[in-house]
Amino acid sequence: MEETKMIKVYIMGKEHEVPEGLTIMKAIEYAGYKIVRGAGCRAGFCGACATVYRKANDYKLRVALACQTVAEDGMYLTEIPFVPANKAIYDIEKVTPKANIILQHYPEVARCVACNTCTKSCPQDLKVMDYIQAMKRGDIAKAAELSFDCVQCGLCAARCPAEIVHYHAAQLARRIYGKYIAKPSPNLEKRIKEIEEGKYDEEIKKLKQMPLEEMKKKYMEQQKNAEKERD
Amino acid sequence: MKIPYFPGCSLKSDAAHFEQSAIEFSKTLGVELVELPNWNCCGTVHSLTTDDIMHHLACVRNMVHAQELGKQLGTNKLITLCAMCYNTLAQVNELAKKKPDDLKTANEFIDDLPDYEGKVEVLHLLTFLNNYVSFEKIAKVVKGRLNGLKLAPYYGCLLVRPEHVKVDDRERPVLLSKLLGMVGAKCVEFPYAVECCGSYHTVNLKEAVIEKTYTIVNNARENGADAIVLSCPLCEFNLDKRQKDVKAVYPTFEPMPVFYFTELLALASGKKVNVNAHYVSPENVLRKYGL
Repeated sequence: MEETKMIKVYIMGKEHEVPEGLTIMKAIEYAGYKIVRGAGCRAGFCGACATVYRKANDYKLRVALACQTVAEDGMYLTEIPFVPANKAIYDIEKVTPKANIILQHYPEVARCVACNTCTKSCPQDLKVMDYIQAMKRGDIAKAAELSFDCVQCGLCAARCPAEIVHYHAAQLARRIYGKYIAKPSPNLEKRIKEIEEGKYDEEIKKLKQMPLEEMKKKYMEQQKNAEKERD
Repeated sequence: MKIPYFPGCSLKSDAAHFEQSAIEFSKTLGVELVELPNWNCCGTVHSLTTDDIMHHLACVRNMVHAQELGKQLGTNKLITLCAMCYNTLAQVNELAKKKPDDLKTANEFIDDLPDYEGKVEVLHLLTFLNNYVSFEKIAKVVKGRLNGLKLAPYYGCLLVRPEHVKVDDRERPVLLSKLLGMVGAKCVEFPYAVECCGSYHTVNLKEAVIEKTYTIVNNARENGADAIVLSCPLCEFNLDKRQKDVKAVYPTFEPMPVFYFTELLALASGKKVNVNAHYVSPENVLRKYGL
């Protein structure tokens, strides 16, 4: 069997040897650290494991999700447990979808200098600066659309020279969009009504009591039927 | 003729009627204003610190967009409407032309766009109409007339200062009077034409702006004007919407409507003024002149 190649990484300044090919998160754990805050789904969906690092012979401070980035020889690593970012308090029932509403709750959005550092920091490859610019001109729908896949890791806010908290402002944009701008979906309303009226109570009860194997079989059948319907 | 056009944030919200009237009027001249793709806020206040390249990036990015769109349309021009956007973009454009080292730094930092080559010509719509269309042609194309509507032409600061980006004489600008005169308005002598409106003091020192608005509007009236005409959404906010606050301090104050110059050009060419976009309704004044 071929021997695993080891690489050297510096975790919080201390040298460690770890197997090549591990993610930053796994490299830190391999070295013996227990990540208490800053590890979530381990699959790039939850945004909990924001990290900063530097590569060997490279002056740039880089950012990524620790569970999605492979450790390299000579890397300086750490994990940041949380990005401090102030959250505006608002009652979504009382917020109005007017053009300057986001600036009212997050006035620092107006400080954007269009350097695009936020976009370069985003592990989701979102056009972060573009959605901040959309907010400045009052285009809430555009801001909601461009920020839709945000995992709220906070790296944009950690790197912004204008001290903007992009992801909180974007969440306000999506909430306003969902509540006041998006067209209501009649299907959704119909289904909610059906659920409230107890149409599915009996079936749910049956499912809960079903043996696991039978449930798996039923699930596969349902998936196949759904596929057929799509085709 | 298709020309790249930079709207700016205010023209997408509070000053939407400024943009709309400009686009409509330009069409009557055969000029299509083509909005820059992916434009960003100009940065509003130009940073005077010479090595503060970070605060000039927003304008350089817009210049790149203008340059690339211009290549498709076969022009190096960029038209702006908002006096603030014009001023900020034009000042950074001057820096880009005069300081190649700083431009190189900016270009290297903006690594997601092509380099700015420094060749875009930033024009306020007034300059474009004067230099590339001519007011005489406008007078011929525009069929309607403004029936002697008496206007105080207001330039504020940003169209005429500083020297290297002024669109007209710093002390006695005449472009608005000449242009609107060509379509039948009568512009009065107005000593406060280049006075500052109080600008962003409107946010944290409203009292100062109230005094400014009171003085400027009263002076316009003393000189016989029935309305003020201008080209800046911030001046418009201070001179129009702040009249409510002026009235609260000076109960005898008489309100006066404020127009963007493009609204009057569009009006002269047969379009309607969106009266609902104004704080001080212009309906009475328009009626007085049969407009």
